[in-house]
Amino acid sequence: MTPPTIPAPASSAAKPRRGDDRLRKASPFVALTRRPELGAVGGLILVIVFFASIANKAMFSLAGVMNFMAPSAQLGILAIGAALLMIGGEFDLSLGSMVAFAGFTLSLAVVVWKLPLGVALLLTFAVAVGIGGINAQITLRTGLPSFIVTLAFLFILRGLTLVGLKWASGGLTQLRGVKEAAAGSALLPIFSGNAFQGLFRWMAARGWIDSFPNGTPKVEGVPVEILWCAGLTLLVTWILLRTRFGNWIFAAGGDAKGARNSGVPVGRVKTALFIGTALCATLVAVLTVLDMGSTDARRGTQKEFEAIIAAVIGGCLLTGGYGSAIGAFIGAVIFNMVSIGLAYTGIDQDFYLVFLGGMLLVAVIFNNVVRRRVTGER
Amino acid sequence: MASHSTPLIETQKIAKSYGSVAALNGVSLKVHAGEVLCLLGDNGAGKSTLIGTLAGVHRPTSGKLLVEGREVVFNSPRDALNAGIATVYQDLSMVPLMSVARNFFMGREPVKRWGPVSYMDMKFAERVTMEQMHAIGIDLRDPQQAVGTLSGGERQCVAIARAVYFGAKVLILDEPTSALGVAQTSMVLNYISKVRARGLGVIFVTHNVRHAFAVGNHFTVLDLGRTVGSFPKGQVSIDTLQSLMAGGKELQDLSQELGGTV
Repeated sequence: MTPPTIPAPASSAAKPRRGDDRLRKASPFVALTRRPELGAVGGLILVIVFFASIANKAMFSLAGVMNFMAPSAQLGILAIGAALLMIGGEFDLSLGSMVAFAGFTLSLAVVVWKLPLGVALLLTFAVAVGIGGINAQITLRTGLPSFIVTLAFLFILRGLTLVGLKWASGGLTQLRGVKEAAAGSALLPIFSGNAFQGLFRWMAARGWIDSFPNGTPKVEGVPVEILWCAGLTLLVTWILLRTRFGNWIFAAGGDAKGARNSGVPVGRVKTALFIGTALCATLVAVLTVLDMGSTDARRGTQKEFEAIIAAVIGGCLLTGGYGSAIGAFIGAVIFNMVSIGLAYTGIDQDFYLVFLGGMLLVAVIFNNVVRRRVTGER
Repeated sequence: MASHSTPLIETQKIAKSYGSVAALNGVSLKVHAGEVLCLLGDNGAGKSTLIGTLAGVHRPTSGKLLVEGREVVFNSPRDALNAGIATVYQDLSMVPLMSVARNFFMGREPVKRWGPVSYMDMKFAERVTMEQMHAIGIDLRDPQQAVGTLSGGERQCVAIARAVYFGAKVLILDEPTSALGVAQTSMVLNYISKVRARGLGVIFVTHNVRHAFAVGNHFTVLDLGRTVGSFPKGQVSIDTLQSLMAGGKELQDLSQELGGTV
């Protein structure tokens, strides 16, 4: 035996190519950049810095924050529904009309049929399950794009709401008196008003938050929709990342055929997602109707687009299979900070549309880059 | 090789016709444990129809299908899977945007319970994925790495490893090397021979005779839905298989014209 004549040490020959960047160890930083909401967090920081430097200080006072967080929470609930469905590979353009239709159903049940609030809520959510199911079944059975099917329901539901409200109210497109009819129900504080009022009064008494001369706090509490939205964000994030159903959602949207071949019940997953989106729309309808005490046929107009925009700003891919609930919620906050925040600056408020369009474009381009990096497409 | 034992899977005069078109016209084959059967044939020879029949995608018009000596009828791909016959299709049934671990357990997620709540056991999924990938020589950065970042050969190996992990006895590989480069191909062929060594039966569908020769124990050539030749290794040459696949002499003539490069 002669000593090895090969000059390179044996170990380096046995190892796979070390220069290959696929073999690098993942640092926590790399793991973080892999999250879909990364771009949204960056966008949120930018928007906060922008308004913190040029807007009136009132914007980031407690009252100012609640002022843009309440509508953010409402949009956030819709955006989370839209985001889940989008991750699953489908769209629901009937989302906004569903808000109006659910509002109509609830008001009809409470004001005209004089049902107890609990029964009326059950009925309203049951109707949502039905409509979500119809959207899903038509989409799945015909193989048509959900874009078209739900576009049809955008008009159908809006039309039914208008006709129904005129019939129920004797000619108006509004129905009032929900609060009066539901007064005294134990369910009312769950869906309307402010939470933690005692805590806020206590903080006002200590002088920690602003209060009126008579001692009542200027901000009475946290609007309940913020809690609903926060709870929903946590629940949906857990479902997506830690449950079997979450895995199926990513699979159904990423590659429906591959998922089906692997035993994922794609049809059932998508049906559940359509129903979930309709339920989100209904939750927003319930929150607004019980808060304002009335419903209006125009409620929720264009919300389907706002929800999709928020989801996309939050990192969802339009092509499905990628996205997050936290991102969708952040997208909704960005959306409302821009549209409401401009009032605290000297900038013409209508510029918000320009900002929004620009942000959508930047988000889509950014998401495409992320997609290419994740999938290794070149 | 163990030809006296009961074959893992056997077809007897399987035929499948679509209306008046006979896609398969009486194909018989046997695969024993620890054997790689190469199913060769040009495009349209009936390979895909045969795979579909074995995988339970469609039922044969006539003929018998036996698994470990017992006659079976598959009504769905699920039936075939339950009988231990796993098919790795060309698209691999993997989602590039999802992590290797999530893909590995797609449709068969490990679940833990906490009272009425059930959740996916990600720790288990990630640990098993890392172990399996390590065993087949794929050096994963971490189990959350997206499948899209793997090379074509690695993806093919992950798909095969997944089928093996979930208890396949017979593996049907549909053109596993068709889109791969040289290094990637040798990686996949190497893995196929490892799988064979573990005692699985493999049906390796390809139109590349050289790839077939590298790992095959038995070669069956299909043309127009019929078996036009079936040989154990050692009793046939690459050239014979090549010309059988081409359905005659033309390819050999062409091969000579091009200086033997086809």
